Amino acid sequence: MAVDPIGIPVKSSREEELYTAKPWTLIWWRFRQHKLAVASLIFLVLTCLSALFADFISPYTPGSIDRLNTFAPPRAIRVIHDGQLRMPFIYALARTRDADTARVTYEEDTSRPIAVHLLVRGERYRLLGLFETDLHLFGVDDPRQRINLLGTDALGRDMFTRLLYGGRITLSAGLIGVAFSFILGLALGAISGYYGGWLDVGIQRLMEFIRSVPTIPLWMGLAAALPIVWDPLFVYVLITIILSLIGWTHLARVVRGRFFSLKTEDYVLAARLSGASEYRIVTKHMLPAMTSYIIAAMTLAVPEMILGETALSFLGLGLRPPVVSWGVLLQDAQNLRSISLAPWLLSPGVAVVLVVLAFNFLGDGLRDAADPYGR
Amino acid sequence: MAGFIFRRILWAIPTLIVVSFISFVIIQLPPGDYVTAYAAQLRHSGDYISLEQEALLRAQMGLNDPMIVQYWRWITNIVLYGNFGHSLEWNAPVSSLIWDRLGLTLAISTLSMLFTWAIAIPVGVYAATRQYSVLDYVFTIFGFLGKGVPDFLLALILMWMAFAWLNMDVGGLLSPRYQNAPWTIDKVINLLSHLWIPVVVLATGGAAGLLRVMRANMLDELGKPYVETAYAQGLSERQVVWGYPVRVALNPFISTVGWALPALFSGDVITAVVLNLPTTGPLLLQALKMQDMYLAGSFILILSVFTVIGTLISDILLAWSDPRIRYS
Repeated sequence: MAVDPIGIPVKSSREEELYTAKPWTLIWWRFRQHKLAVASLIFLVLTCLSALFADFISPYTPGSIDRLNTFAPPRAIRVIHDGQLRMPFIYALARTRDADTARVTYEEDTSRPIAVHLLVRGERYRLLGLFETDLHLFGVDDPRQRINLLGTDALGRDMFTRLLYGGRITLSAGLIGVAFSFILGLALGAISGYYGGWLDVGIQRLMEFIRSVPTIPLWMGLAAALPIVWDPLFVYVLITIILSLIGWTHLARVVRGRFFSLKTEDYVLAARLSGASEYRIVTKHMLPAMTSYIIAAMTLAVPEMILGETALSFLGLGLRPPVVSWGVLLQDAQNLRSISLAPWLLSPGVAVVLVVLAFNFLGDGLRDAADPYGR
Repeated sequence: MAGFIFRRILWAIPTLIVVSFISFVIIQLPPGDYVTAYAAQLRHSGDYISLEQEALLRAQMGLNDPMIVQYWRWITNIVLYGNFGHSLEWNAPVSSLIWDRLGLTLAISTLSMLFTWAIAIPVGVYAATRQYSVLDYVFTIFGFLGKGVPDFLLALILMWMAFAWLNMDVGGLLSPRYQNAPWTIDKVINLLSHLWIPVVVLATGGAAGLLRVMRANMLDELGKPYVETAYAQGLSERQVVWGYPVRVALNPFISTVGWALPALFSGDVITAVVLNLPTTGPLLLQALKMQDMYLAGSFILILSVFTVIGTLISDILLAWSDPRIRYS
């Protein structure tokens, strides 16, 4: 044990750190131990970034059609050609027709490697809607060959590009939907938990009622009522609102429960006795004590929104083409024929599963870390 | 107990009224009304009616009345005469379209709920009693996957696998050649070979969630002193585990039966569309897309009523199994 100049023994630095650490530091330490949650966080950050910069990362634009490249299989980027290591390349794809079935088949031409370059000029787009450019992160120089990491769809559009663009809509729908339901849930949950009494009973009844309505039929009913002629972007906002109108109850329940347990805490009583206004008590004393819980609950609510959007769009009631979202992309994979012909059309489904799982793991990790004094 | 049930049923009545009102609002939401749709249908078949005739029809059907009056007419027709209105698209009374489909939905939902429990309870108990064993981890992964994979995607994948690897014909409930055949052993086998996909799809989502709940509850209970006491009395592990902690851990299960029913109905809609089952889902979707609003509204109403009843049943079950709720 170290001894300081005046002669008072100090505790070992680790223990001291633990005692003086701020709550958020403790939460971070607890969260860090949850390896799966940390990995999920990194994965989600990367996913969000690639969705945000979709137009730069993707080699093409989501609407660019290539009639001679329909249902092309995914292409692997290789580094070994003729047993020799070389810069990343793909093999050229030769398009042939099956003599018997007249079906288009593709074959890799292993004698023709095509180099993959970083930062190539391609189709023009507006980066983040601000400045126009034609620079793409990667691509191939050959004008007759395309690099389709995840294959192409029935119109020869690049799935990888569409997946990234779809991520923009689907992820933002999830986040915006949760933001809406957060506002509703926080307001109603706080009123319900803080005041109690008949207000609480009323709001509880409302929540019970909303939960007792079968979600998907109600979503479908509301979504089907939106006229088809409306602007797709406006429909998108309305769909997220519809999703959040039903999704807020879970959040409100968490907030209400926390308010109930915090209301009787000594420090809240002390604040009340020293004459703090109700607004001040709620915003300055009670809300900070439950921020971590709310963040955890919000994280766990995102996947439901994403699944809701995907399901609605998949059924053709949510977003519609030309808007690209994961649900819209999955519409192409609706029947057995197209799946057995082009299994890569299911890749948006894989993306949905990965993102939903990551949000679940992250939410679990946050929930465990939310109360750093618990254990 | 009787008092509790009575109070609980009283509470369900306003819920039912609000549910029916919302269903009606959904019917009314899209622009235009029955007559506009009817006129459009006539135009489609080459016929037409004048604006005056349209106005006359509206007056005749009372479509100019305030919404609340129309609602009253709609709901009294349903409650008193079982008349759900007329489906435009099918040109038939709604009630003739929905009942057998609803029956099938209910059958598949019940079957998958039983299947859900048959998976979730034993597996949850096993995972808790053998915590951190290999199988526990396997079940944990299964639980997370079941939560993350959307129903329709699972249905698609299972269909594809059954089609590509097992060489089965999938989709629908019966192969075409058995459609109108009399009931024989072969037909039943054929039905079962189609039925397993929707049941597995519906059960997986539910089982994944319940499994986690069951495991967590069991872990809470297994650490309690009464379990140790039971062991000390010389009871075997089977007697201890299934006789005491399982019964306590089942409580939250019972309270979620009510939630399971709407979830199954919701899940059924999408799964049924993908698998092309003759249940409520595809018909509801079709009705919504064609804005056949009487059909759609009736579906939403009936599904919601089932849900409210399901919640009611689970509340009563819970009160019956846990006296603390009865007397609070």
